[in-house]
Amino acid sequence: MIINITEYLDLTAEKYPDKLAFSDVKTSLTFAQLRDASRRIACGLIEDGLHKEPIVIFMEKSPATIAANLAVVYSGNYYVTLDREMPKHRIEMIFEGLNPRAVICEESTYNLVEQFCKTNKIYIYDEIVKSDIDEASLTRVSVSAIDLDPVYIVFTSGSTGVPKGITASHRAVIDYTENLSELLKANDTTVFGNQAPLYVDACLKELMNTIKNGATTYLIPREAFMFPVKLIEFLNTHKINTICWVSSALSMVAGLKTFESVIPEHLKTISFGSEMFPVKNLNIWRAALPRARFINLYGPTEATGMSCYYEIDREFSDEEKIPIGKPFRNTEIMLIDDNDGIITKSDIKGEICIRGSCLSLGYYNDIKKTSESFTQTPATKNYTDLIYHTGDLGCYNDRGELVFISRKDYQIKHMGYRIELPEIETVLLRNEEISLACCIHDKEKGKLILYYTGKLTVSEVMIYLKEFLPRYMVPNRVFALDEMPLTPGGKIDRVELYSRLI
Amino acid sequence: MEQLLQILIELHPDIDFEKHTSLIDDAVLDSFDIITIVGEINDAFDVAIPAAQIVPDNFNSAASLYKLIESLEE
Repeated sequence: MIINITEYLDLTAEKYPDKLAFSDVKTSLTFAQLRDASRRIACGLIEDGLHKEPIVIFMEKSPATIAANLAVVYSGNYYVTLDREMPKHRIEMIFEGLNPRAVICEESTYNLVEQFCKTNKIYIYDEIVKSDIDEASLTRVSVSAIDLDPVYIVFTSGSTGVPKGITASHRAVIDYTENLSELLKANDTTVFGNQAPLYVDACLKELMNTIKNGATTYLIPREAFMFPVKLIEFLNTHKINTICWVSSALSMVAGLKTFESVIPEHLKTISFGSEMFPVKNLNIWRAALPRARFINLYGPTEATGMSCYYEIDREFSDEEKIPIGKPFRNTEIMLIDDNDGIITKSDIKGEICIRGSCLSLGYYNDIKKTSESFTQTPATKNYTDLIYHTGDLGCYNDRGELVFISRKDYQIKHMGYRIELPEIETVLLRNEEISLACCIHDKEKGKLILYYTGKLTVSEVMIYLKEFLPRYMVPNRVFALDEMPLTPGGKIDRVELYSRLI
Repeated sequence: MEQLLQILIELHPDIDFEKHTSLIDDAVLDSFDIITIVGEINDAFDVAIPAAQIVPDNFNSAASLYKLIESLEE
């Protein structure tokens, strides 16, 4: 039984030592090279006495970053991948919350990292990767490890303006990897084209399935996702046969009429998730690739990767919603009503709750928030049995398939990223020149729209927000108002603002 | 040109689009912007930008984008 994710790499590196594991076209690593680099770095970390600590990885997206992630795991620590795209203020908050004792970076990111951590140990990848392998310490770490130890922390938007660190265990990541692998039918002929950044759990799809199955993953350059023909040509050049992308990336390809110029020649499996995929765009993809498998995935980071899937097996009309289907093996979905009742009949709305080994360890350094979202199942009082409340509302359709309806709160999905709208407002309201702010999400057009009152011009507001928010959280349209519409109770009237969307 | 600048400035009021010539290379525009710009140009100028023309060279400056629109209008 596998209890640590590095065991996948140990087995695969033995079976396929010289096979290409990861490539970003400029650099690449075979499985043997990946394992060797990871274990060397791990030995450097162990030697410095780091154990069960969060270790920040601050590097450009590349195969080396993946080696650094795995190295942290080999060393008995857990990784936190950050990215230079994140605004400084956000990185500062993450550093404050984590207080990491060590950071792995590379020469190009060293100066940036130095700004954030004065007291922490900073390793340069190219140096620490030259550490000698010490089998005895690696063994010492691995025999004491259990599958409830953390693998990583992923930070997501938090409504109070402070990002939440979701911590996942080996058990949860392994459970996800096994089930997704089966669903994707991944094996040593699978060639993935990765889209997701390495600082979100969405990248586990390719990363974990590659080291488990001896597959290959190409990290697609971010710029390729701006230019659809180039993107498809990239897939064709590298004979990519499997993709797991955010729906908005697939929508971009469909919406810009890419298939009139070029068709993916090798693609057999297309999975998508992180937000609703409009049927109109799905149908454009299906028409271009009639023999491919299309799979809708659903799941919150708190339940590690994805929790539910639906493989498209029938025709959908443009007004229909693609179901999220049913849970993975070893995962249970409970639809719970306001009175803690478990819903089994179709067409009755309830909160989607998740139960299983896939549950993460909760929010880092925030036991209170964790205990609010991870609670005892209403199904029994006799022993400890936790479920995670997603905050997503869903129902069963008349075929018994689960369908996502909406959120209970102000969390939305934009470009595949999870965003708490109040975080955007909180950040803007920190500026003394702003009186009121309200951010809404135009689902139809996929736009974030911000209304505010205050002394700043629209342009100043944009510049301010760009400084403090990640790019994907910066509103697409900003409107200055003379007066904010209020409800009789004095709250901002969101309904009125939504009605201004044409 | 005025109409095009209006579309661009609404997306990024902090950028001087008349002077900037490396909108892609400097990562001013992201994938969301490209989709928005293509959509708005289609509506405003009644031209359809084919996927094959959605390449970095055509989006690096307002001038090159305008040239593309003109070539499509012909």
